[in-house]
Amino acid sequence: MSAAVLRTIFVALLVSPLAAMAAGGVKLDRAPDRATDRAALQNGARLFVGNCLNCHGASYVRYNRLTEIGLAEQQIKDNLMFTAEKIGEPMGIAMPRKDAKEFFGAWPPDLSLIARSRASGDGSGADWLYTYLRGFYRDETRPTGWNNVAFPSVGMPHVLWELQGEQTMGADHKLILAKPGKLTPKQYDDAVGDLVAFMVWMAEPQAQFRKQLGVAVLLFLGVFFVVAYAMKRAFWKDIH
Amino acid sequence: MASGNFDKYKSDGSPAGNLLEWVDARFPLTANWKGHLSEYYAPKNFNFWYFFGSLALLVLVMQVVTGIFLVMHYKPDASLNAAGVPVAFASVEYIMRDVPWGWLIRYMHSTGASAFFVVVYLHMFRAMLYGSYRKPRELLWILGVLIYLCLMAEAFAGYLLPWGQMSFWGAQVIISLFSAIPLIGGDLTTWIRGDYVIADATLNRMFAFHVIAIPLALIGLVAAHVLALHEVGSNNPDGIEIKAKKDDKGVPLDGIPFHPYYTVKDIVGVVVFLMVFCAIVFFAPELGGYFLEYNNFIPADPLQTPAHIAPVWYFTPFYSILRANTVNFFWIDAKLWGVIFMGLGVMILFFLPWLDRSPAKSIRYRGPIYKWALALFVFSFVILGYLGMKPPEYAFFGLIPGDYVSKACTIVYFLFFLLMPWYSRIDKCKPEPERVTR
Repeated sequence: MSAAVLRTIFVALLVSPLAAMAAGGVKLDRAPDRATDRAALQNGARLFVGNCLNCHGASYVRYNRLTEIGLAEQQIKDNLMFTAEKIGEPMGIAMPRKDAKEFFGAWPPDLSLIARSRASGDGSGADWLYTYLRGFYRDETRPTGWNNVAFPSVGMPHVLWELQGEQTMGADHKLILAKPGKLTPKQYDDAVGDLVAFMVWMAEPQAQFRKQLGVAVLLFLGVFFVVAYAMKRAFWKDIH
Repeated sequence: MASGNFDKYKSDGSPAGNLLEWVDARFPLTANWKGHLSEYYAPKNFNFWYFFGSLALLVLVMQVVTGIFLVMHYKPDASLNAAGVPVAFASVEYIMRDVPWGWLIRYMHSTGASAFFVVVYLHMFRAMLYGSYRKPRELLWILGVLIYLCLMAEAFAGYLLPWGQMSFWGAQVIISLFSAIPLIGGDLTTWIRGDYVIADATLNRMFAFHVIAIPLALIGLVAAHVLALHEVGSNNPDGIEIKAKKDDKGVPLDGIPFHPYYTVKDIVGVVVFLMVFCAIVFFAPELGGYFLEYNNFIPADPLQTPAHIAPVWYFTPFYSILRANTVNFFWIDAKLWGVIFMGLGVMILFFLPWLDRSPAKSIRYRGPIYKWALALFVFSFVILGYLGMKPPEYAFFGLIPGDYVSKACTIVYFLFFLLMPWYSRIDKCKPEPERVTR
């Protein structure tokens, strides 16, 4: 049969998904990968509970799940657990939905899965969050006084402004730090990196275990393949 | 011949032999074992393309088993829980986080859905390579197309269940297609949804279809597909009938018993398949948004339409055909033409056995016209699939409008079938061999 025809088909099958991934859009900064850095994850948890959990819930994540990033139950109870009575409860918020809608015009979305839902052809969900949380700038035309490069006309004000300071939009479409905050730009990027790492963890807490298990499963299948192939060869040796 | 039920199988006196004799007198166990496995003679020259039938069966079993465990924890309920999340969506996250090994079962099921279409598309392509739909296998092919239709219905119903944004809006787009049908369209869509919008009633009926109705039909059709196959015998890469040349015992000269030869060979195929499957399940369960769409991690919100609604990859070729119809024609609305052509795109497969008039079945002995026609067909099917994932205004390299390309590919798709009676007949075929080659 015509090998050229088959080759054409295979090339078409291979190339099309690659082309699909090269979609353009807002240029996202790459978030640092801190999935296995427990200190970063714990710092991220602290930032998340202190800044985000006031308005946004993480209602699929139970407080005791934080033991998986190296915290003891007592540490969680003492330092992080302000919205629940029992350690097995989810990370909810006290604010009723109706009030939230009135205060902000929209209900602040649950953030449990935000690192997964914000992924796109432009980058991972972590990249988007990393760009977004560093992309607030002053804009007096907005009701909150804030706008964002990754999320134009965003409803949320810049919650971390004390840490970052105030940015303005320069003429060349580059952000300028107009008023410095408590952290230097490098320290702020680092803190946001930790926060994003925690949100990635929160979106799929078993992700690291999943990958470790995957290595073991593929190793097993590799051995199984050798055995299965040897068995096939043995059975088929008299078939010509 | 056995004169009575008690002489069909004679025990050798061992307990296992006694048990088999007892069963065989009451149930055709040995007869079926022989008829479908140990004395079902399959051509000895099966190649790579012949793995996908058994793999489809494997995926079906896997989907049924993982599905049973998912149903133990999944709740088809569109109402909001205390945290303001739809119960159905929250129950999927409950499976992902709180049910022991729930994440693995769910990823196997979600990856299995895509894997099912991968192996079925390759299985169908095999039939087109080697003419496996030709006489006497027309009914086998038709049963296969019915399985494919059931599979699409099953996938569509299943995709609504996680009750994410893409579940909701995908279903909204597809069900509203029926409204293009004149006169009854509006009432028909309301009847399908069970409500004026996609709602709890829709979710519950899709759950019923997904876990009971369609799987029942699917398993019945698969059984019929295998029975029909074993009645007519398997085709092979040479496209000739091995039953034409038999030895004095009536065994095809080029046939080998399915068991053990193809059972041990298919195990190798299963292991290789599982390596790819597990690589996706464990390292990339979303597969870059192709197997699990990113937007579906947001709970369904009837008040917020996503900017871009795209079905999952396995439906996108037909979605493209739907969108390629943009011209009102013969006083019929473009949307209705889209629905008609999308339906015809699948239905035309039923007629394939009668459209093909080539003297040779296998692509090995067919002439150049069919080879190019098949290559063009596959190419346009893939391009249609690619464009179906893109927004309608997409252009290749920012230059070639996707809309024109999908129109051209739609035409190629249909011409492949509609012109087949002519081009397959005039094609210069090589003579088929007497016996199977390698």
